[in-house]
Amino acid sequence: MAGKTLVSATINGEVVEFLCEPQQSLLACLREILGLTGAKEGCNDGNCGACSVLLDGRLVNSCMVLGVEIEGHEVTTVEGLANWDGLHPLQASFIAQDALQCGYCTPGMLIASKALLDRNPNPTDEEIRTWLAGNLCRCTGYDKIVRAVHAAAEQMNG
Amino acid sequence: MSADADKISKRDLSVVGSSPSRVDAADKVVGRALFGTDASLPGMLVGKVLRSPHAHALILSIDTSRAEALPGVYAVVTAADLPLLAVEGEDAIGEQQFRDRVLAGDKVLFEGHPVAAVAARTQALAEEALQLIDVAYEVLPAVVDVLEAMAPDAPILHPDLRTQSLAGQGETPTNVAMHFQQLRGDPEAGFAEADVVVEREFRTQMVHQGYIEPHASTAVWTQSGDLTVYATTQGTFAVRDHITRLLQLPMSKVRIVPMEVGGAFGGKNTSFVDGVAALLARKARRPVKVVMSRYETFVGTGPSSGTVIRVKMGATTEGRITAVQAELFYEAGAYSGSPVGSGAHIMFAPYDIANGQIDGYDVVVNKPKADSYRAPGATPPNFAAEQVVNELAEKLGIDPLEFRLLNSVREGTETIGGTVHHDIGAIEVLEAAKAHPHYSAPVGGPNHGRGVAHAFWGNWGARSSVTISVNPDGTVALVTGSVDITGTRTSLAMQAADVLGLALSHIKASVGDTDSIGYSDVSAGSRTTVATGYAAVQAAHEVIDKMRARLATVWDVDVASIVYEGDTFRASDDAEKQMSFAELAALLPQTGNTVIGVANVDVQDWGSSFGTHIVDVAVDPESGKVTLLRYTAVQDVGKAINPVQVEGQLQGGATQGIGWALYEGYDYDANGQMRNPTLLDYKLPTMMDVPPIDTVLVEVPYPNHPYGARGVGETPIIPPPAAIAEAIARATGARVCELPMTPARILEAMGVI
Repeated sequence: MAGKTLVSATINGEVVEFLCEPQQSLLACLREILGLTGAKEGCNDGNCGACSVLLDGRLVNSCMVLGVEIEGHEVTTVEGLANWDGLHPLQASFIAQDALQCGYCTPGMLIASKALLDRNPNPTDEEIRTWLAGNLCRCTGYDKIVRAVHAAAEQMNG
Repeated sequence: MSADADKISKRDLSVVGSSPSRVDAADKVVGRALFGTDASLPGMLVGKVLRSPHAHALILSIDTSRAEALPGVYAVVTAADLPLLAVEGEDAIGEQQFRDRVLAGDKVLFEGHPVAAVAARTQALAEEALQLIDVAYEVLPAVVDVLEAMAPDAPILHPDLRTQSLAGQGETPTNVAMHFQQLRGDPEAGFAEADVVVEREFRTQMVHQGYIEPHASTAVWTQSGDLTVYATTQGTFAVRDHITRLLQLPMSKVRIVPMEVGGAFGGKNTSFVDGVAALLARKARRPVKVVMSRYETFVGTGPSSGTVIRVKMGATTEGRITAVQAELFYEAGAYSGSPVGSGAHIMFAPYDIANGQIDGYDVVVNKPKADSYRAPGATPPNFAAEQVVNELAEKLGIDPLEFRLLNSVREGTETIGGTVHHDIGAIEVLEAAKAHPHYSAPVGGPNHGRGVAHAFWGNWGARSSVTISVNPDGTVALVTGSVDITGTRTSLAMQAADVLGLALSHIKASVGDTDSIGYSDVSAGSRTTVATGYAAVQAAHEVIDKMRARLATVWDVDVASIVYEGDTFRASDDAEKQMSFAELAALLPQTGNTVIGVANVDVQDWGSSFGTHIVDVAVDPESGKVTLLRYTAVQDVGKAINPVQVEGQLQGGATQGIGWALYEGYDYDANGQMRNPTLLDYKLPTMMDVPPIDTVLVEVPYPNHPYGARGVGETPIIPPPAAIAEAIARATGARVCELPMTPARILEAMGVI
């Protein structure tokens, strides 16, 4: 077994250092080393989107990024969206629109939605559905998620 | 139940029928909700399972010594680590199969069959250790096709298996575990009366529930031998019963703690890794967490049966169905017990048909054993029967919904299987679908088509437990043993709220572990909001009755004179005497301690639900690609306790049905190797594939539920494949009789390829 590597990165605005094995994914580092279990593993091969995080503002599947690759970079997970004072408009909107059932895909869905609204503050239905097609939800049928993203966009633009 | 129903009907409902946000939502949107895969304990090891690469093989030997010698490996287990069989004779066969599903004994029966397991300090070490386990196999021929498995010269999975049928038990080894027949009237005479007869054969593949959270289990033992398991399951008591049976432990030694469940749909009724986690943790003397990979989730769990279904149906020119005949061949997977019975039960249940014969066959094949998937067994025969109904309507020149109304069951109609419909909303649902603007809107243009399908599903009741404890500040704690997989903490609290006269915010609802709450069956069969809801209502009534009794002692009056209205207790013969729920709650600690309402019910009287779906499609004649343009799901929901959540059930169920119709299916090669065990190759519907799904909630109250609720979760997965197939047929003139209806199959049916 190869030795561990010290990684320093900014995660949810906080500079952290951690030791990881060279083959460990960013997802594994977040969940198993850093205790950030918001991002979920659904497939571990980049096909479900449950592990979505932002890497320097870009949407990535954290199962497809190595932990050692984030040295010096910034990562935002679902835990970084809200603070104790309040929810991010997307989070509030997902609750209000009942855009979740089991909630397992929700962290990834929220992060992917944030990445969309960061680029396109006023997306159409088709743009939402195209952008979020990499995030699987097996419970909702997606309709309420689309509505929730629209409602959040309206609030953020308002 | 009727007494409770009376009490409710006299009250003004204020919470039931509204759509508050689900109580579990906030923690889920901030990433703090803890699912089975998130469980963590100090000193926890990683457990991994070694699975058979072969679909059918004898295990000649297993040598674990190299794995055990690897530093960082704490335990390796095989079937040899299980307790000796405690039963003999006939019972021993079932018990051995039960154990073989957890860890194979001397034979593997499907790719992915668990053979051994390890616990190690890290994931990497555990995976390395798996590679150091040496298993010698003698590979046997496999059979994966249900009809081939029935052939006389087919490879035999279980040498001791004999066909059970009306004729008794067969005498020769076979893969056909069961053959049953339902007969009503005189099918031959019925077909003779028919002016038009349609006969077709349909095929469907094994499909997976597709929950995004894989199976996960974390087990820890105390020094004195008490086991705690943190599970992702539809039923904590089912996990407890599984582990106590497997490890032969007293029930008092095993506590199951429910974690949030990341999707289940029937696939988490059965334990797959809880027993292995417990066995590893005991041997390693440390907590062990086992989480399946997606590959394991495909090959090592319990998907839904693949089928071959033959249907023949006849009708008169006036539009009366005169006879039906069907044969259902279901893949049970490696062990008998497919849902072929429920398939036969539901397939013609929406129609009043005097003459019919249904033959069902439960057939073992070298695939994972089939388990429940949302309306188990119902979607394939609905795909078959409803396509034939649509084709008959088309041939007769009758509107397909009108044809269904002409033949619809009504109060008291008996099905071919002999069950009698009561308190149903079949007509109401069909009428609502017919009246929907979608149904009268013009169909788009060339290569566009509209289809409908109609479905019946019976709910389930069974055992549920709820306690409600009153806090001195006037809030209450509601604890149930029913795991929340669909938002039932919310829907149960809502039902209690209207009995207690409390705002929903005053009720904290949670799911208890198996030491803390009474037995509750799995959350399945669309039963939890209904049956556990009944328990919540009963427990709430008990709280009020106990508080009335306490107040009678405080006021020194006859308890019969105390009534509870809104949120206030009053003495019926003294207008001066009144006290709010909160005021009395504050008095409880000083007047003899708190009160708890307890309900342990076994609901035997439950309803059923009809649904009709309408879909518009466009089919690209060159590529065969289907685009869903518009979708409407109509369903009788009894009383919608939380209408927005009910709508979510209809939308989610329809979407799973859409996946089954167009994309999903296990693809096995002739040797029983799954060729598509990833979410890239086993395609679930994405946000781009599914249109907005409009819903119509028809409310025909079920009279034996306090609020009139029916189970709603399962019905919506049933009609989509048949409705979409009909829409494709109308768009292209070609009828597709095999699922999934891929572009290749559509082009083939069109004669393009």
